Amino acid sequence: MILVKNLTKKFGKFTAIDDVNLSFQNGHSIALIGPNGCGKTTLIKCILGLNVVENGDIFVDEKSVKDDYLYRRNIGYMPQIGRYPENMTIGHTIQMIKDTRKLSEEHLDTELLEDFELEKMYDKKMGNLSGGTTQKVSAVLAFMFDPKIIILDEPTAGLDPLASEILKKKIIKEKNKGKLIIITSHLLSELDDIVSEIIFMNEGKILVHQSVEDLLHQTNSEKISESIVTILKEMKK
Amino acid sequence: MIMNKIARFIFFDILKNKIIIFYTILLFILSWSVLGLESNYTKATLSLLNVVLLVVPLVSIIFSTIYVYNSSQFVELLLSQPVPRTKVWFNIFLGLSSALVLAFIIGCGVPILLYSSIETGFSLMIAGILLSIIFTSFAMLSAISSRDKAKGIGISIFIWVFFAIIYDGILLVLMFQFADYPIEGIMATLAGLNPVGLARIFVLLQLNISAMLGASGAIFQQVFGSGGGMGISIVVMLIWAIVPFVLSLIKFNKKDL
Repeated sequence: MILVKNLTKKFGKFTAIDDVNLSFQNGHSIALIGPNGCGKTTLIKCILGLNVVENGDIFVDEKSVKDDYLYRRNIGYMPQIGRYPENMTIGHTIQMIKDTRKLSEEHLDTELLEDFELEKMYDKKMGNLSGGTTQKVSAVLAFMFDPKIIILDEPTAGLDPLASEILKKKIIKEKNKGKLIIITSHLLSELDDIVSEIIFMNEGKILVHQSVEDLLHQTNSEKISESIVTILKEMKK
Repeated sequence: MIMNKIARFIFFDILKNKIIIFYTILLFILSWSVLGLESNYTKATLSLLNVVLLVVPLVSIIFSTIYVYNSSQFVELLLSQPVPRTKVWFNIFLGLSSALVLAFIIGCGVPILLYSSIETGFSLMIAGILLSIIFTSFAMLSAISSRDKAKGIGISIFIWVFFAIIYDGILLVLMFQFADYPIEGIMATLAGLNPVGLARIFVLLQLNISAMLGASGAIFQQVFGSGGGMGISIVVMLIWAIVPFVLSLIKFNKKDL
């Protein structure tokens, strides 16, 4: 469970997030959508502690992210553009994260590792990988430690259709286990079978926070993409 | 322990780095030729000292600055895991400085053992090790001060030029300007604030050649005495190793990645 309270984040004069209040409940899968630069990634980075929270607060499982770092044990994060040390091999990278997480081998979730067939490429250096393969490594790391909260920033952006289907199935599977899943995406069409709640952000503010059912009902549409377009059109009026 | 693992990873990563290998070989050839050509241990150590005082701070600060910039991805990867920021930053410092110290020990220590004696070379080794750590510490501060790599490297070069060249120049000017006043105490303090100058004084005090101490060193010896002077030099150099790092750590803990 994640609770965001009065969060404001500024970079110099630019306000990336403006007094946001949110709560994410376990067992839900939430889509965070909005135009480029609306504050999605900043919000995620604040939750992860990559951006420092100054005004307002974020609670992960009732613990403030300002207090200590251990809450990150419960979070698996797949970044938008995975940035890894170029001269590390895939095997090294995964080993390194395993070492920092200290989870015993039998508790590791290696399903994605096997499905993506990454073990064959363990000796390849991260710097020589294609964007899609790097994304696969990111996805494997996000799910590997069986975290209660999984945050995916543009998960399927660079993946081929097959890999993206594997990942989608995995997301649904984990959601059904009662985990909290947060996804940001521009590809609205692929969200349909995954998400249960929608958050629409613009210029650092939350414009819509609704369950998918309500949203579809309200806008009389069958697909998330349609309903979002309807909302956007209404806002422009 | 993750602490060791991060530092160890960085340590071995650096040892594989071509620049560090080149640096070690360069130090080795320099020390070997200087020590091999001169039969008088003290004179040879002195010549080597001048080389070490220029090369070690320069390579340590520039290499570390670039390394810190290049490891931004590594830092980001670690920080999205349950690892505290302080630990990550400290281990980068630990890994970098231990690799540079090892390069120095192999590059200078082995020739000193072969061609000189440990008694004469001892203080030079200590000075070189401390300078490696001090300038790594400075590098961490300049790398965190700016997002722009070119600017960060610029700051680092300035720090090196300042302590290696400008500082002593300013001291000299002051000394001539205020020659008529009793300013020994102030001058000794000022001389004792420059890590490079201190390293020189430290080695010269141990070699016991006051003639080579130079103006600032002579005053330093006059005020603190030989033994006390060496003790104070070590303490001040340790402070120089810690303070820039602590400042950089404070900045790092507040930084948005």
